[in-house]
Amino acid sequence: MIVLTDISKSFDGREVLKGISMTFEQGKTNLIIGQSGSGKTVLLKCLLGLNQIDGGTMVFDGKAFGIMEDSERRTLRREMGMVFQGSALFDSMNVLENVMFPMRMLSTKNESEMRAAAEEVIERVNLIDAHNKLPAELSGGMQKRVAIARAVVMKPKYLFCDEPNSGLDPKTAIVIDNLIREITQENNITTVINSHDMNSVMEIGDTILFLKDGVKAWEGKKEHIFKTDNQAINDFVYSSRLMKKVREVYQE
Amino acid sequence: MKLLHHIGAYFLMLRMVFIKPTKGKVMRKLIFQDIQDLIIGSIGIVAFLSFFVGGVVSIQTALNIESPLIPKNLVGFATRQSMILEFAPTFMCIILAGKVGSFITSSIGTMRVTEQIDALEVMGINSVNYLVFPKIIAMLLLPLVINVSMFLGILGGYAATLYGGFSSSADFIEGIQLDFRPYHVAYAFIKTLVFAMILATIPSYHGYFMKGGALEVGKAATVAFVWTSVVIIVVNYFITQLLLT
Repeated sequence: MIVLTDISKSFDGREVLKGISMTFEQGKTNLIIGQSGSGKTVLLKCLLGLNQIDGGTMVFDGKAFGIMEDSERRTLRREMGMVFQGSALFDSMNVLENVMFPMRMLSTKNESEMRAAAEEVIERVNLIDAHNKLPAELSGGMQKRVAIARAVVMKPKYLFCDEPNSGLDPKTAIVIDNLIREITQENNITTVINSHDMNSVMEIGDTILFLKDGVKAWEGKKEHIFKTDNQAINDFVYSSRLMKKVREVYQE
Repeated sequence: MKLLHHIGAYFLMLRMVFIKPTKGKVMRKLIFQDIQDLIIGSIGIVAFLSFFVGGVVSIQTALNIESPLIPKNLVGFATRQSMILEFAPTFMCIILAGKVGSFITSSIGTMRVTEQIDALEVMGINSVNYLVFPKIIAMLLLPLVINVSMFLGILGGYAATLYGGFSSSADFIEGIQLDFRPYHVAYAFIKTLVFAMILATIPSYHGYFMKGGALEVGKAATVAFVWTSVVIIVVNYFITQLLLT
Protein backbone atom coordinates (compact mmCIF):
# COMPACT_ATOMS: atom_id res chain seq x y z
CA MET A 1 0.00 0.00 0.00
CA ILE A 2 1.21 3.52 -0.78
CA VAL A 3 -0.09 6.46 1.26
CA LEU A 4 0.43 9.97 -0.06
CA THR A 5 -0.16 12.92 2.24
CA ASP A 6 -0.22 16.54 1.10
CA ILE A 7 2.25 16.04 -1.79
CA SER A 8 3.42 19.21 -3.52
CA LYS A 9 5.89 19.76 -6.33
CA SER A 10 6.98 22.90 -8.21
CA PHE A 11 9.12 23.51 -11.28
CA ASP A 12 10.70 26.97 -11.65
CA GLY A 13 8.22 28.46 -9.18
CA ARG A 14 5.20 26.91 -10.93
CA GLU A 15 3.26 24.58 -8.64
CA VAL A 16 2.49 21.38 -10.55
CA LEU A 17 1.15 19.29 -7.67
CA LYS A 18 -0.79 20.95 -4.86
CA GLY A 19 -1.51 19.03 -1.66
CA ILE A 20 -2.27 15.61 -3.13
CA SER A 21 -3.38 13.02 -0.57
CA MET A 22 -4.35 9.51 -1.63
CA THR A 23 -4.06 5.85 -0.69
CA PHE A 24 -3.11 3.33 -3.36
CA GLU A 25 -4.23 -0.10 -2.21
CA GLN A 26 -2.37 -3.39 -2.45
CA GLY A 27 -3.68 -5.98 -4.90
CA LYS A 28 -5.72 -3.29 -6.68
CA THR A 29 -5.25 -1.35 -9.90
CA ASN A 30 -5.16 2.29 -8.83
CA LEU A 31 -5.65 4.78 -11.64
CA ILE A 32 -4.48 8.38 -11.84
CA ILE A 33 -6.55 10.10 -14.48
CA GLY A 34 -6.74 13.63 -15.79
CA GLN A 35 -6.14 15.78 -18.83
CA SER A 36 -2.67 16.27 -20.33
CA GLY A 37 -0.73 18.68 -18.13
CA SER A 38 -2.77 17.90 -15.02
CA GLY A 39 0.28 16.53 -13.17
CA LYS A 40 -0.23 12.76 -13.61
CA THR A 41 3.25 12.02 -14.95
CA VAL A 42 4.90 14.29 -12.38
CA LEU A 43 3.09 12.44 -9.58
CA LEU A 44 4.15 9.08 -11.03
CA LYS A 45 7.77 10.26 -11.29
CA CYS A 46 7.59 11.44 -7.66
CA LEU A 47 6.39 7.97 -6.65
CA LEU A 48 9.28 6.42 -8.57
CA GLY A 49 11.77 8.79 -6.96
CA LEU A 50 12.72 10.30 -10.33
CA ASN A 51 11.34 13.68 -9.13
CA GLN A 52 11.87 14.85 -5.56
CA ILE A 53 8.75 16.12 -3.81
CA ASP A 54 8.84 19.62 -2.28
CA GLY A 55 6.38 18.87 0.51
CA GLY A 56 4.27 16.09 2.00
CA THR A 57 5.01 12.44 2.70
CA MET A 58 5.02 9.21 0.71
CA VAL A 59 4.74 6.04 2.77
CA PHE A 60 5.41 2.68 1.13
CA ASP A 61 3.99 -0.13 3.30
CA GLY A 62 4.65 1.78 6.50
CA LYS A 63 8.08 3.14 5.46
CA ALA A 64 8.29 6.88 4.85
CA PHE A 65 10.32 7.64 1.71
CA GLY A 66 11.54 10.99 3.05
CA ILE A 67 13.46 9.54 6.00
CA MET A 68 14.89 6.50 4.23
CA GLU A 69 18.66 5.98 4.00
CA ASP A 70 20.16 5.75 0.50
CA SER A 71 20.49 1.97 0.82
CA GLU A 72 16.81 1.68 1.84
CA ARG A 73 15.81 3.79 -1.15
CA ARG A 74 17.86 1.54 -3.44
CA THR A 75 16.12 -1.50 -1.96
CA LEU A 76 12.74 0.16 -2.47
CA ARG A 77 13.65 0.95 -6.09
CA ARG A 78 14.31 -2.72 -6.63
CA GLU A 79 10.82 -3.50 -5.38
CA MET A 80 9.35 -1.29 -8.11
CA GLY A 81 8.49 -2.20 -11.69
CA MET A 82 7.68 0.35 -14.35
CA VAL A 83 5.95 0.13 -17.71
CA PHE A 84 6.80 3.24 -19.71
CA GLN A 85 4.49 4.94 -22.18
CA GLY A 86 6.79 4.07 -25.09
CA SER A 87 7.74 0.69 -23.56
CA ALA A 88 11.43 1.80 -23.23
CA LEU A 89 12.76 -1.57 -24.34
CA PHE A 90 16.50 -1.78 -25.02
CA ASP A 91 16.83 -1.68 -28.81
CA SER A 92 19.93 -3.81 -29.05
CA MET A 93 18.52 -6.66 -26.95
CA ASN A 94 15.99 -9.28 -27.99
CA VAL A 95 12.85 -10.05 -25.98
CA LEU A 96 14.52 -12.62 -23.72
CA GLU A 97 17.51 -10.37 -23.01
CA ASN A 98 15.22 -7.41 -22.26
CA VAL A 99 13.26 -9.46 -19.73
CA MET A 100 16.43 -10.94 -18.21
CA PHE A 101 18.09 -7.51 -17.96
CA PRO A 102 16.87 -6.49 -14.44
CA MET A 103 17.94 -9.89 -13.07
CA ARG A 104 21.35 -9.64 -14.76
CA MET A 105 21.89 -6.25 -13.16
CA LEU A 106 20.39 -6.78 -9.74
CA SER A 107 20.02 -10.43 -8.80
CA THR A 108 22.49 -13.11 -7.79
CA LYS A 109 20.76 -15.81 -9.84
CA ASN A 110 22.80 -17.88 -12.27
CA GLU A 111 22.18 -17.88 -16.02
CA SER A 112 19.81 -20.87 -16.08
CA GLU A 113 17.74 -19.55 -13.15
CA MET A 114 17.45 -16.17 -14.83
CA ARG A 115 16.46 -17.77 -18.10
CA ALA A 116 13.82 -19.91 -16.41
CA ALA A 117 12.34 -16.90 -14.56
CA ALA A 118 12.31 -14.82 -17.76
CA GLU A 119 10.67 -17.62 -19.77
CA GLU A 120 8.00 -17.97 -17.10
CA VAL A 121 6.93 -14.31 -17.33
CA ILE A 122 7.26 -14.28 -21.14
CA GLU A 123 4.87 -17.22 -21.22
CA ARG A 124 2.58 -15.37 -18.80
CA VAL A 125 2.30 -12.44 -21.21
CA ASN A 126 1.75 -14.83 -24.17
CA LEU A 127 4.94 -14.04 -26.06
CA ILE A 128 6.56 -17.45 -26.06
CA ASP A 129 7.25 -17.36 -29.81
CA ALA A 130 8.92 -13.95 -29.70
CA HIS A 131 11.98 -14.86 -27.60
CA ASN A 132 14.60 -13.94 -30.16
CA LYS A 133 12.88 -10.97 -31.75
CA LEU A 134 14.24 -7.45 -31.39
CA PRO A 135 11.87 -4.70 -30.15
CA ALA A 136 11.79 -3.17 -33.65
CA GLU A 137 10.30 -6.42 -34.98
CA LEU A 138 7.37 -6.34 -32.54
CA SER A 139 3.99 -4.62 -32.76
CA GLY A 140 3.07 -1.90 -30.23
CA GLY A 141 0.94 -4.33 -28.21
CA MET A 142 3.71 -6.95 -28.12
CA GLN A 143 6.24 -4.32 -27.01
CA LYS A 144 3.91 -3.38 -24.15
CA ARG A 145 3.67 -7.02 -23.13
CA VAL A 146 7.46 -7.33 -23.11
CA ALA A 147 7.63 -4.16 -21.01
CA ILE A 148 5.13 -5.68 -18.54
CA ALA A 149 7.15 -8.91 -18.44
CA ARG A 150 10.35 -6.94 -17.74
CA ALA A 151 8.59 -4.89 -15.05
CA VAL A 152 7.28 -7.94 -13.16
CA VAL A 153 10.15 -10.40 -13.61
CA MET A 154 11.76 -9.28 -10.32
CA LYS A 155 8.43 -9.83 -8.54
CA PRO A 156 7.96 -6.19 -7.55
CA LYS A 157 5.77 -5.03 -4.68
CA TYR A 158 4.82 -1.92 -6.63
CA LEU A 159 4.02 -1.66 -10.34
CA PHE A 160 3.76 1.71 -12.09
CA CYS A 161 2.42 2.10 -15.61
CA ASP A 162 2.50 5.34 -17.60
CA GLU A 163 -0.35 5.27 -20.10
CA PRO A 164 0.17 1.57 -20.85
CA ASN A 165 -2.31 1.45 -23.71
CA SER A 166 -1.57 4.70 -25.50
CA GLY A 167 -1.15 4.18 -29.23
CA LEU A 168 -2.90 0.81 -29.17
CA ASP A 169 -6.17 -0.16 -30.84
CA PRO A 170 -9.11 -0.56 -28.40
CA LYS A 171 -9.03 -4.37 -28.47
CA THR A 172 -5.30 -4.63 -27.77
CA ALA A 173 -5.65 -1.89 -25.14
CA ILE A 174 -8.19 -4.00 -23.26
CA VAL A 175 -5.91 -7.05 -23.49
CA ILE A 176 -3.08 -5.01 -21.94
CA ASP A 177 -5.35 -3.54 -19.25
CA ASN A 178 -6.62 -6.97 -18.27
CA LEU A 179 -3.12 -8.43 -18.26
CA ILE A 180 -2.00 -5.73 -15.82
CA ARG A 181 -5.00 -6.35 -13.58
CA GLU A 182 -4.51 -10.13 -13.61
CA ILE A 183 -0.80 -9.81 -12.75
CA THR A 184 -1.69 -7.32 -10.00
CA GLN A 185 -4.16 -9.72 -8.42
CA GLU A 186 -2.02 -12.85 -8.88
CA ASN A 187 1.01 -11.27 -7.20
CA ASN A 188 -0.84 -8.96 -4.80
CA ILE A 189 1.02 -5.92 -6.18
CA THR A 190 0.21 -2.26 -5.50
CA THR A 191 -0.32 -1.05 -9.07
CA VAL A 192 -0.57 2.62 -10.03
CA ILE A 193 -1.55 3.44 -13.61
CA ASN A 194 -1.51 6.80 -15.33
CA SER A 195 -4.21 7.06 -17.93
CA HIS A 196 -6.59 9.36 -19.72
CA ASP A 197 -8.40 6.53 -21.38
CA MET A 198 -11.96 6.08 -20.13
CA ASN A 199 -12.04 2.48 -21.39
CA SER A 200 -9.21 1.67 -18.98
CA VAL A 201 -11.01 3.47 -16.18
CA MET A 202 -14.12 1.37 -16.67
CA GLU A 203 -12.17 -1.83 -17.28
CA ILE A 204 -9.66 -1.87 -14.42
CA GLY A 205 -10.15 1.23 -12.25
CA ASP A 206 -10.43 -0.26 -8.76
CA THR A 207 -9.48 3.10 -7.23
CA ILE A 208 -9.43 6.33 -9.18
CA LEU A 209 -7.64 9.60 -8.46
CA PHE A 210 -8.69 12.45 -10.74
CA LEU A 211 -6.24 15.33 -11.04
CA LYS A 212 -7.07 18.73 -12.43
CA ASP A 213 -4.40 21.45 -12.66
CA GLY A 214 -2.30 19.65 -10.05
CA VAL A 215 -5.12 19.37 -7.51
CA LYS A 216 -7.03 16.25 -6.47
CA ALA A 217 -10.43 17.02 -7.94
CA TRP A 218 -12.09 13.66 -7.25
CA GLU A 219 -11.41 10.26 -5.76
CA GLY A 220 -13.53 7.15 -5.95
CA LYS A 221 -14.23 3.81 -7.59
CA LYS A 222 -15.29 3.12 -11.16
CA GLU A 223 -18.80 2.23 -10.00
CA HIS A 224 -19.22 5.76 -8.60
CA ILE A 225 -17.94 7.64 -11.60
CA PHE A 226 -21.35 7.83 -13.35
CA LYS A 227 -23.13 8.85 -10.18
CA THR A 228 -20.99 11.70 -8.98
CA ASP A 229 -22.06 15.34 -9.13
CA ASN A 230 -18.46 16.52 -9.27
CA GLN A 231 -18.32 18.98 -12.17
CA ALA A 232 -14.62 18.50 -12.91
CA ILE A 233 -14.81 14.70 -13.30
CA ASN A 234 -18.05 14.96 -15.26
CA ASP A 235 -16.44 17.43 -17.69
CA PHE A 236 -13.56 14.98 -18.17
CA VAL A 237 -15.61 11.78 -18.43
CA TYR A 238 -18.28 13.18 -20.71
CA SER A 239 -16.00 15.07 -23.05
CA SER A 240 -16.64 12.55 -25.86
CA ARG A 241 -19.91 11.88 -27.66
CA LEU A 242 -19.59 8.19 -26.87
CA MET A 243 -19.53 8.78 -23.15
CA LYS A 244 -22.43 11.26 -23.36
CA LYS A 245 -24.42 8.54 -25.12
CA VAL A 246 -23.39 6.03 -22.42
CA ARG A 247 -24.66 8.44 -19.76
CA GLU A 248 -28.01 8.79 -21.55
CA VAL A 249 -28.41 5.01 -21.77
CA TYR A 250 -27.24 4.59 -18.16
CA GLN A 251 -29.74 7.16 -16.91
CA GLU A 252 -32.58 5.55 -18.87
CA MET B 1 26.13 31.78 -16.89
CA LYS B 2 24.70 28.99 -19.06
CA LEU B 3 28.23 27.85 -19.90
CA LEU B 4 29.08 27.68 -16.19
CA HIS B 5 25.95 25.60 -15.62
CA HIS B 6 27.05 23.16 -18.34
CA ILE B 7 30.58 22.95 -16.95
CA GLY B 8 29.20 22.25 -13.46
CA ALA B 9 26.77 19.63 -14.76
CA TYR B 10 29.56 18.02 -16.81
CA PHE B 11 31.80 17.57 -13.76
CA LEU B 12 28.90 16.30 -11.64
CA MET B 13 28.24 13.74 -14.38
CA LEU B 14 31.92 12.72 -14.29
CA ARG B 15 31.61 12.15 -10.54
CA MET B 16 28.59 9.91 -11.12
CA VAL B 17 30.59 7.84 -13.65
CA PHE B 18 32.82 6.50 -10.92
CA ILE B 19 30.31 5.77 -8.14
CA LYS B 20 27.79 2.92 -7.75
CA PRO B 21 29.46 0.70 -10.36
CA THR B 22 27.60 -1.75 -12.58
CA LYS B 23 28.13 -5.51 -12.07
CA GLY B 24 31.57 -6.60 -13.33
CA LYS B 25 30.26 -9.26 -15.71
CA VAL B 26 27.83 -6.86 -17.37
CA MET B 27 30.42 -4.07 -17.49
CA ARG B 28 32.97 -6.34 -19.19
CA LYS B 29 30.50 -7.08 -21.96
CA LEU B 30 29.71 -3.38 -22.38
CA ILE B 31 33.42 -2.49 -22.55
CA PHE B 32 34.09 -5.08 -25.27
CA GLN B 33 31.07 -3.82 -27.21
CA ASP B 34 32.35 -0.24 -26.97
CA ILE B 35 35.88 -1.29 -27.99
CA GLN B 36 34.29 -2.83 -31.08
CA ASP B 37 32.16 0.24 -31.85
CA LEU B 38 34.54 3.04 -30.93
CA ILE B 39 38.06 1.69 -31.46
CA ILE B 40 38.03 -1.19 -33.94
CA GLY B 41 35.30 0.54 -35.95
CA SER B 42 37.53 3.62 -36.30
CA ILE B 43 40.71 1.93 -37.51
CA GLY B 44 39.63 1.78 -41.17
CA ILE B 45 38.90 5.48 -41.60
CA VAL B 46 41.96 6.48 -39.53
CA ALA B 47 44.23 4.24 -41.64
CA PHE B 48 42.83 5.58 -44.91
CA LEU B 49 43.08 9.24 -43.92
CA SER B 50 46.51 8.91 -42.34
CA PHE B 51 48.05 7.21 -45.35
CA PHE B 52 46.90 9.89 -47.78
CA VAL B 53 47.54 12.86 -45.51
CA GLY B 54 51.06 11.55 -44.85
CA GLY B 55 51.52 11.43 -48.62
CA VAL B 56 50.25 14.98 -49.06
CA VAL B 57 52.50 16.30 -46.24
CA SER B 58 55.58 14.79 -47.89
CA ILE B 59 54.64 16.11 -51.35
CA GLN B 60 53.99 19.62 -49.98
CA THR B 61 57.30 19.59 -48.11
CA ALA B 62 59.23 18.35 -51.14
CA LEU B 63 57.64 20.93 -53.43
CA ASN B 64 58.56 23.76 -51.06
CA ILE B 65 62.24 22.87 -50.86
CA GLU B 66 63.82 25.16 -53.43
CA SER B 67 67.27 25.74 -52.00
CA PRO B 68 69.86 23.08 -52.92
CA LEU B 69 71.40 23.70 -49.50
CA ILE B 70 68.44 22.07 -47.74
CA PRO B 71 69.06 18.32 -47.47
CA LYS B 72 66.63 15.95 -49.16
CA ASN B 73 66.14 14.03 -45.93
CA LEU B 74 64.01 16.96 -44.71
CA VAL B 75 61.00 15.41 -46.49
CA GLY B 76 61.12 12.34 -44.24
CA PHE B 77 61.94 14.43 -41.19
CA ALA B 78 59.01 16.85 -41.73
CA THR B 79 56.58 14.02 -42.45
CA ARG B 80 57.60 12.18 -39.29
CA GLN B 81 57.40 15.28 -37.11
CA SER B 82 54.01 16.46 -38.40
CA MET B 83 52.50 12.97 -38.16
CA ILE B 84 53.80 12.21 -34.66
CA LEU B 85 53.39 15.64 -33.07
CA GLU B 86 50.14 16.93 -34.51
CA PHE B 87 48.38 15.09 -37.29
CA ALA B 88 47.99 11.69 -35.65
CA PRO B 89 47.16 12.74 -32.07
CA THR B 90 45.29 16.02 -32.58
CA PHE B 91 43.68 16.05 -35.99
CA MET B 92 42.76 12.38 -35.91
CA CYS B 93 41.00 13.04 -32.60
CA ILE B 94 39.08 15.93 -34.18
CA ILE B 95 38.06 13.65 -37.03
CA LEU B 96 37.04 11.05 -34.45
CA ALA B 97 35.00 13.71 -32.65
CA GLY B 98 32.81 13.60 -35.76
CA LYS B 99 32.70 9.83 -36.07
CA VAL B 100 32.91 8.50 -32.52
CA GLY B 101 31.48 11.63 -30.84
CA SER B 102 28.32 11.75 -32.91
CA PHE B 103 27.86 7.98 -32.44
CA ILE B 104 28.08 8.37 -28.65
CA THR B 105 25.75 11.40 -28.53
CA SER B 106 23.15 9.90 -30.81
CA SER B 107 23.14 6.47 -29.14
CA ILE B 108 22.81 7.91 -25.61
CA GLY B 109 20.44 10.65 -26.83
CA THR B 110 18.15 8.08 -28.45
CA MET B 111 18.09 6.15 -25.17
CA ARG B 112 17.08 9.39 -23.40
CA VAL B 113 14.31 10.15 -25.93
CA THR B 114 12.90 6.63 -25.76
CA GLU B 115 12.95 6.61 -21.92
CA GLN B 116 15.53 3.79 -21.79
CA ILE B 117 17.66 5.88 -19.42
CA ASP B 118 14.63 6.44 -17.17
CA ALA B 119 14.07 2.67 -17.24
CA LEU B 120 17.64 2.11 -16.00
CA GLU B 121 17.16 4.68 -13.22
CA VAL B 122 13.86 3.13 -12.12
CA MET B 123 15.61 -0.25 -11.83
CA GLY B 124 18.05 1.40 -9.39
CA ILE B 125 20.95 1.27 -11.86
CA ASN B 126 23.46 4.15 -12.05
CA SER B 127 22.75 4.97 -15.68
CA VAL B 128 25.76 7.31 -16.01
CA ASN B 129 28.14 4.57 -14.91
CA TYR B 130 26.37 2.02 -17.12
CA LEU B 131 26.53 4.22 -20.22
CA VAL B 132 29.66 6.37 -19.89
CA PHE B 133 32.20 4.29 -17.94
CA PRO B 134 32.61 1.57 -20.62
CA LYS B 135 33.15 4.28 -23.23
CA ILE B 136 35.91 5.88 -21.17
CA ILE B 137 37.65 2.51 -20.72
CA ALA B 138 37.27 1.66 -24.41
CA MET B 139 38.70 5.03 -25.43
CA LEU B 140 41.82 4.35 -23.34
CA LEU B 141 42.82 2.15 -26.29
CA LEU B 142 42.86 5.18 -28.57
CA PRO B 143 46.70 5.45 -28.46
CA LEU B 144 46.77 2.15 -30.39
CA VAL B 145 44.71 3.73 -33.17
CA ILE B 146 46.94 6.80 -33.10
CA ASN B 147 49.95 4.51 -33.32
CA VAL B 148 48.50 3.02 -36.51
CA SER B 149 47.89 6.55 -37.76
CA MET B 150 51.52 7.58 -37.15
CA PHE B 151 52.89 4.49 -38.88
CA LEU B 152 50.59 4.69 -41.91
CA GLY B 153 51.07 8.46 -42.22
CA ILE B 154 54.82 8.03 -42.46
CA LEU B 155 54.36 5.05 -44.79
CA GLY B 156 52.07 7.19 -46.98
CA GLY B 157 54.73 9.91 -47.06
CA TYR B 158 57.37 7.34 -48.01
CA ALA B 159 55.22 5.94 -50.82
CA ALA B 160 54.34 9.39 -52.18
CA THR B 161 57.97 10.51 -52.05
CA LEU B 162 59.24 7.50 -53.95
CA TYR B 163 56.32 7.44 -56.42
CA GLY B 164 56.69 11.17 -57.14
CA GLY B 165 60.48 10.96 -57.32
CA PHE B 166 60.93 13.77 -54.76
CA SER B 167 63.64 12.03 -52.82
CA SER B 168 65.37 8.69 -52.62
CA SER B 169 64.36 5.90 -50.29
CA ALA B 170 67.65 6.27 -48.38
CA ASP B 171 67.12 10.02 -47.90
CA PHE B 172 63.57 9.54 -46.64
CA ILE B 173 64.57 6.80 -44.21
CA GLU B 174 67.49 8.92 -43.02
CA GLY B 175 65.03 11.78 -42.49
CA ILE B 176 62.64 9.77 -40.36
CA GLN B 177 65.55 8.61 -38.19
CA LEU B 178 67.13 12.06 -37.92
CA ASP B 179 67.14 13.58 -34.42
CA PHE B 180 64.40 11.19 -33.29
CA ARG B 181 63.24 11.85 -29.73
CA PRO B 182 61.14 9.10 -28.14
CA TYR B 183 59.71 11.77 -25.82
CA HIS B 184 57.76 13.16 -28.81
CA VAL B 185 55.92 9.85 -29.09
CA ALA B 186 55.28 9.87 -25.34
CA TYR B 187 53.98 13.45 -25.68
CA ALA B 188 51.64 12.33 -28.48
CA PHE B 189 50.31 9.44 -26.39
CA ILE B 190 49.79 11.63 -23.32
CA LYS B 191 47.82 14.07 -25.49
CA THR B 192 45.85 11.21 -27.00
CA LEU B 193 44.83 9.88 -23.59
CA VAL B 194 43.57 13.33 -22.56
CA PHE B 195 41.71 13.69 -25.86
CA ALA B 196 40.28 10.19 -25.44
CA MET B 197 38.73 11.25 -22.12
CA ILE B 198 37.29 14.35 -23.82
CA LEU B 199 36.03 12.27 -26.77
CA ALA B 200 34.24 9.84 -24.46
CA THR B 201 32.73 12.31 -22.00
CA ILE B 202 31.67 15.50 -23.83
CA PRO B 203 29.51 13.66 -26.41
CA SER B 204 28.14 11.49 -23.57
CA TYR B 205 27.18 14.64 -21.65
CA HIS B 206 25.34 16.08 -24.65
CA GLY B 207 23.50 12.81 -25.24
CA TYR B 208 22.67 12.16 -21.59
CA PHE B 209 21.22 15.59 -20.85
CA MET B 210 19.48 16.20 -24.14
CA LYS B 211 15.81 17.13 -24.18
CA GLY B 212 13.24 16.73 -26.93
CA GLY B 213 12.76 14.23 -29.73
CA ALA B 214 14.50 12.72 -32.73
CA LEU B 215 15.34 16.10 -34.28
CA GLU B 216 17.09 17.19 -31.08
CA VAL B 217 19.23 14.04 -31.14
CA GLY B 218 20.74 15.26 -34.43
CA LYS B 219 21.20 18.77 -33.05
CA ALA B 220 22.83 17.41 -29.90
CA ALA B 221 25.28 15.37 -32.01
CA THR B 222 26.27 18.52 -33.93
CA VAL B 223 26.69 20.59 -30.76
CA ALA B 224 28.72 17.76 -29.19
CA PHE B 225 31.03 17.67 -32.22
CA VAL B 226 31.59 21.44 -32.09
CA TRP B 227 32.33 21.48 -28.34
CA THR B 228 34.52 18.38 -28.45
CA SER B 229 36.61 19.93 -31.26
CA VAL B 230 36.88 23.29 -29.46
CA VAL B 231 37.94 21.67 -26.19
CA ILE B 232 40.49 19.43 -27.95
CA ILE B 233 42.06 22.44 -29.72
CA VAL B 234 42.25 24.51 -26.51
CA VAL B 235 43.55 21.60 -24.39
CA ASN B 236 46.09 20.82 -27.14
CA TYR B 237 47.52 24.32 -26.76
CA PHE B 238 47.96 23.98 -23.01
CA ILE B 239 49.38 20.44 -23.16
CA THR B 240 51.89 21.54 -25.81
CA GLN B 241 52.90 24.50 -23.63
CA LEU B 242 53.29 22.22 -20.64
CA LEU B 243 55.12 19.32 -22.24
CA LEU B 244 57.18 20.79 -25.05
CA THR B 245 58.34 24.19 -23.88
